Amino acid sequence: MTMHFNDETFRGDYTYHNSPEAIRRFPFPFDQDSYMYSVNIEQHPGGPKGTPFEFKFDVDEHYVAEMKDREITLAEDPLRCQSLPHMELAGWDLLELIMVSKARDYPDLFTLHRDGNDWHWINKPLGIEKKFTFLDPTTLPCGPMEYITRQTQGDFALLHERDGNLWMDAGMVTSQADWSLDFDVGMNFFEWHAPVPKARKMGVFDKALKFLLAVGQGQHYRRLNWTMTVNPRLDTSPENYHKWGPEKRTITPENVGQKQFLRVELQTFFRLPRSNALAFPIRCYLANLEDLAIVPKWGRRLHRVLRDIDPDLADYKGFAVNQETIVTYLSQFDDGAPTSPGIFPDA
Amino acid sequence: MKLALKVTEVETLSPLVKRFRFEDPTGAELPVFSGGAHITVEMPEGDIIRRNSYSLISDPYDGSAYEIAVRREDQGRGGSLYMHTKVSEGDEITVSTPSNLFQLDLRARKHVLIGGGIGITPFLSQLKQLDMEQKPYELHYAARTRDEAAGLKLLPEAAHIHVHISDEGARMDIGAILDGQPLGTHVYTCGPEGLIEAVADQAARLNWPETAVHSEAFTAPPPGEPFDVVVKSTGQSITVKADQSLLEALEEAKVKVEYSCRGGACGRCQTKVTTCDGRILHNDHWLSEDERGAQQDIMPCMSRFKGTRLELDL
Amino acid sequence: MPNTEFTPSIPSRPTYTGLVSQGAAPAIMVADEAGAGALIDLAASDASVMDHAHVVLIGCGVDVLRTPAPAAVHEAPDFEAATPVITQLLGEARMGTQLYLAGSEGLIGHVSAIAFAQGLPLDVIQSEHRGPIARRMQCVHCKGITEDVTTDPFTCSHCGLTLFVRDHFSRRLGVFQGVCVDAETPGVVPETVEIRP
Repeated sequence: MTMHFNDETFRGDYTYHNSPEAIRRFPFPFDQDSYMYSVNIEQHPGGPKGTPFEFKFDVDEHYVAEMKDREITLAEDPLRCQSLPHMELAGWDLLELIMVSKARDYPDLFTLHRDGNDWHWINKPLGIEKKFTFLDPTTLPCGPMEYITRQTQGDFALLHERDGNLWMDAGMVTSQADWSLDFDVGMNFFEWHAPVPKARKMGVFDKALKFLLAVGQGQHYRRLNWTMTVNPRLDTSPENYHKWGPEKRTITPENVGQKQFLRVELQTFFRLPRSNALAFPIRCYLANLEDLAIVPKWGRRLHRVLRDIDPDLADYKGFAVNQETIVTYLSQFDDGAPTSPGIFPDA
Repeated sequence: MKLALKVTEVETLSPLVKRFRFEDPTGAELPVFSGGAHITVEMPEGDIIRRNSYSLISDPYDGSAYEIAVRREDQGRGGSLYMHTKVSEGDEITVSTPSNLFQLDLRARKHVLIGGGIGITPFLSQLKQLDMEQKPYELHYAARTRDEAAGLKLLPEAAHIHVHISDEGARMDIGAILDGQPLGTHVYTCGPEGLIEAVADQAARLNWPETAVHSEAFTAPPPGEPFDVVVKSTGQSITVKADQSLLEALEEAKVKVEYSCRGGACGRCQTKVTTCDGRILHNDHWLSEDERGAQQDIMPCMSRFKGTRLELDL
Repeated sequence: MPNTEFTPSIPSRPTYTGLVSQGAAPAIMVADEAGAGALIDLAASDASVMDHAHVVLIGCGVDVLRTPAPAAVHEAPDFEAATPVITQLLGEARMGTQLYLAGSEGLIGHVSAIAFAQGLPLDVIQSEHRGPIARRMQCVHCKGITEDVTTDPFTCSHCGLTLFVRDHFSRRLGVFQGVCVDAETPGVVPETVEIRP
């Protein structure tokens, strides 16, 4: 195995850390010095070698630890994984998409042998070997979506298309930015986005829905979204808000560089073949301000973005109470020099 | 995405309908699909490429081949004639990946499928999916004569598959089919406009919710009088020939327009109209009544124009 | 007393447009005591609406239903007792059956959720709000449901956390979402106010 996996935690003692390579490949979400909602969709996969955009499903040094964290969250609250009865077929589609992609893109880590519907899957990092019958749920220990997403980083929503809308009828959500799958499952595109300020008025969701409905088989897309999280915590669910909420108020000028994390979601979209459902994986990447500022372009830009952001958005993204401390800290990295376009570090 | 395939079987199902089977020339697996999906087939003739969409009739979970059934339309623009007269076994053919504008609502407690004439085609893949998913359904296939009923050769014999041949006195009674279905039933219709309207009318009379009534009416673009169109960005004037769609004429002139179904159903090619001195002949199923009346949008895959000047925001 | 007018809100917050007769079609009607008034008004507008109606009354007696006699009346003391009755009626119903709901937001939400689970599209469910402005709230933390919430914030009747009342509504569960109001600053709770329509 060529990849090293970190021994780290996303709760309690929070030993999560990024290696220098992980910082360098971090999916920094701002391509200019200011931020407002946009649809910002690109084709996926596709991006420089080594970036999180290279393959359909990125596997990185946090893989094993993230899967352990998911296991803990699910043991405490099984409702983080839900699939309405008509979504099982979409679950098989997702399982196939992920297994085929990972086995092709990471042959050192994953192997898939297929003989008709007799499948043999080997996941070396997690020590899993399983023979099962594709499309036969009795041959897996749990539903197909749950089975594969317990082995894949990121949250997953499976969207059912009907009546010119998309309905979030299944998902595995343990690293979300403060929304509840158990509450939102079964909602349509406009309902589950209802709490997002401003965007509806701007017509962003109408455009986004139109785009998503037109996504065809074999065309895959991605966009980046972001928020801010205190401590490297994956489970910032509303369910546990009363447990992690107090941590938000522990930011001081001394600890902000280490404790305040930029949380980036790499959202991707895949039309699934048999179910015609849309898979919506939401992969979470975390990096603290100190690490991000190692890349001079990012330090400058992050300062400008967070300083000038619309106050409603600062509130919605949950960092308004710490905004002043964050901006003051970041100002030391901003010498006023211009920044180059695009998200990648300068060579 | 496009797939370069090989024609491996051509079978005459009825005097007017042929079945075609396409496979990957290297034997590679094709993308599987969902019941009710279609592909777009490219038909190059001289400088122009005509593209028609056809429902897939093969097993959706079987990646070894795609099959379609094509009815010859002697009054059409020539797409189906091309398939009937120019395509034979061993030929190469380019098709799109499958997409679906007529999928089953898998939440339904029961599915009622109603196909008229060549409108049986999308149900052939749906039947296979329903069988595999073990969902309750009934299918009704209506045709004028047994001779014309090409679908008979493709349908299995089963208690829940009903054939209505009107020349034999067995007309389909839509009201009786819909009456008394259990709550949670969905009905799907494909066939002539009249059949789709009749099912919608009966469903409304029986207080069926609109969201339980589905139809697919997309057809090949109709031919018509030639007309001219102006491209706003370049000022270029393009003539749309009688047997050509507006979309095909734009493509021939190298004007890029997004498209998917080419049958007026998916909305992808919707284009803004900047000048309209005349009347747009809307032949699509996408724009609302208000949008049609406003004449500020057109679906180039299906619609035509009669008047002095049509300018598009392209 | 007509249908309650609510302040416009976010797209997930349900709206209740009032009952309109669909004639003598088979119907399932569910109402509480206040909602029975809406059924009376409905029958007054078109007596035939009761011809093939099964009426389920929750927490009140048949005497409140001063309408032409429906096909059948079922009485249940509370939601829990009413659920199997409604589920059975929906299970036996045919396409074209109309669902009329009248009364509290809790009743409408609860019965809509049952109907949704049975495959009934939401666009055929008619509803009219009558009676007090009280909400059926789910605590997002312990998942416990507190009925008849009239203040914001309120105390979860299951886990005791102080929750603020969101307009975000789940049709699948038939509940509004309650979220801990002092999660970040335990003990710092805003002043309690009455919920407004």
